[in-house]
Amino acid sequence: MLTTAWNDEENKVLPEMALDFMPEEKLRELQLQRLRATVKLAYEKVPLFRERMDEKGVKPDDIKTLADISKVPFSMKKDLRDTYPYGLFAVDLSEVVRLHASSGTTGKPIVVGYTKEDMEVWAQVVKRGLLACGFRSTDIVQNFYGYGLFTGGLGIHGGFEALGATVIPISGGNTERQVMLMKDFGVTAVAGTPSYFVRIIDVAEKMGVDLSKLNVKRGIFGAEPWSDGMRDYIEEKTGIKAYDIYGLSEIVGPGVGCECECRDGIHIFEDHFYPEIIDPETLEPLPDGEEGELVISTLSKKAMPILRYRTRDITAIEKTKCKCGRTIRRIRRIGRRSDDMIIMRGVNVFPSQIETALLRAEKALPHYQIVLDTKNNMDTLEVKVEVSRDMVSDSMGAMEQLNKKFKHSIEQILGISVIVTLCEPDSLPRSEGKAKRVVDNRKKM
Amino acid sequence: MKIPQVSVFVSNRPGRLQTVCRSLADAGVNLLSLTLADSGEFGLIRLIVNNPEKAVDVLAKAGLSATITDVVACPVNAAIGGLAELLSTAVGSQQIDYMYAYPSTLNGSNIMILRFQDTDKAIEALKATNFKAIDKEELFKNT
Repeated sequence: MLTTAWNDEENKVLPEMALDFMPEEKLRELQLQRLRATVKLAYEKVPLFRERMDEKGVKPDDIKTLADISKVPFSMKKDLRDTYPYGLFAVDLSEVVRLHASSGTTGKPIVVGYTKEDMEVWAQVVKRGLLACGFRSTDIVQNFYGYGLFTGGLGIHGGFEALGATVIPISGGNTERQVMLMKDFGVTAVAGTPSYFVRIIDVAEKMGVDLSKLNVKRGIFGAEPWSDGMRDYIEEKTGIKAYDIYGLSEIVGPGVGCECECRDGIHIFEDHFYPEIIDPETLEPLPDGEEGELVISTLSKKAMPILRYRTRDITAIEKTKCKCGRTIRRIRRIGRRSDDMIIMRGVNVFPSQIETALLRAEKALPHYQIVLDTKNNMDTLEVKVEVSRDMVSDSMGAMEQLNKKFKHSIEQILGISVIVTLCEPDSLPRSEGKAKRVVDNRKKM
Repeated sequence: MKIPQVSVFVSNRPGRLQTVCRSLADAGVNLLSLTLADSGEFGLIRLIVNNPEKAVDVLAKAGLSATITDVVACPVNAAIGGLAELLSTAVGSQQIDYMYAYPSTLNGSNIMILRFQDTDKAIEALKATNFKAIDKEELFKNT
């Protein structure tokens, strides 16, 4: 498989991609060596990791095989908050060249730091992901990920710059200008959150600009879970190919993993990030192929080594090899984050399920919002759906039928009754970064 | 024979009708007839205007979804039993989804706007009667 992949004209393996195709044995060897170094660094330099390991009676030298990682204690978002701002740094601040932070909508933000070497690794993993998706140095890239403290904008920026592409650092917002520049600058590739790109598609339509007639060929999207239906919608509307890049700030930002041209799962850059799947209840490791919570350990990070970080993302590591021939393993695309889960009358509901249901009902992606409320001591789930031009009819019966169709499709997937409310276009709040799909007005018990 | 009718989807709350009328007026679209239908949460405003395509674009710019469907404009005698007379013909056995009166007269006749489930079939049925559907040019003549 390796030899055919190297000779495939359509999808050439470039020298920069070699690490993705490392013989598996060598890869595991490298991982073990790096894991041992990372555990040692974390133990020696980060009090939180040392205390946790001491509690469990684990010493860095106990890590003799990759399987021994299960002896290492977990870490989670709370640990980053509790040690705000620099408590998990393993180097002196003088060695840190970049800080990023989460938006911190709930209390203190989480802070992450990078050494010069970390920054190079970050740019390289993003670059490898972009190459795998067919982006090249000749691309003119419109990057509408938010620039600033958020890792998305500058992370993707660094990868494209390392690739040698022409980057337009437009950031999010000012959607009409986004459309204008896309046209005027001859943009060939776009990067950002999928929900914001859907917004750009809407505005372009209103401006009378047909995105499928522009030069844009590819898009790299991430920072929020998006369904296959949303991908189809984006591709049908614009004629581009849409790829998924995965990451989280706690680990590095975008570039922990990325799809390849096969678009059959997300390859994790395993030489830098070690993935495991655990049962979120028992916390026991699960074998490849089984679904559970993704846990990641950094293997090369210097400023902030992170051991067994619980991502809250629900996925599985694929057992089979990808057709592209890459030896680095894949995870299934993330459809669900346990953080996004809504518990409604005892039933687990994910926003992505509602998205799927709406797409199934109308074969178009309407803007929607989920509103949770308490009425007469009963929790209600309302889905507000914007009515686009294609959905309007002069017949009241047809409009009520549309409402019923959405309601039926959602109820079939969720198994609980919901309220569907049809709304005017542009009446629901828009995001310029990650979409805010859920409003919770429920009375807390 | 067919008259284009614009239907606009609006939320059922104060001020929406105003937005629709103001947007059309500012764009110089002449509003000839209007009827409202509502279902609690939302409503449909059905309009006859002199420039339907422009109306849809103008409404889209105002953030409203609208669509065009064909209706039939039919003159009826401005006397007792005028409408009953029309419906006593083959037209009366067609499936009519809704109808409303057009607020002006033509050659002394009142005008009814009818939405048939099958517009073509209804127009055929109308041809066999003494009633003559009014065409677009005639209806919009002085607008």
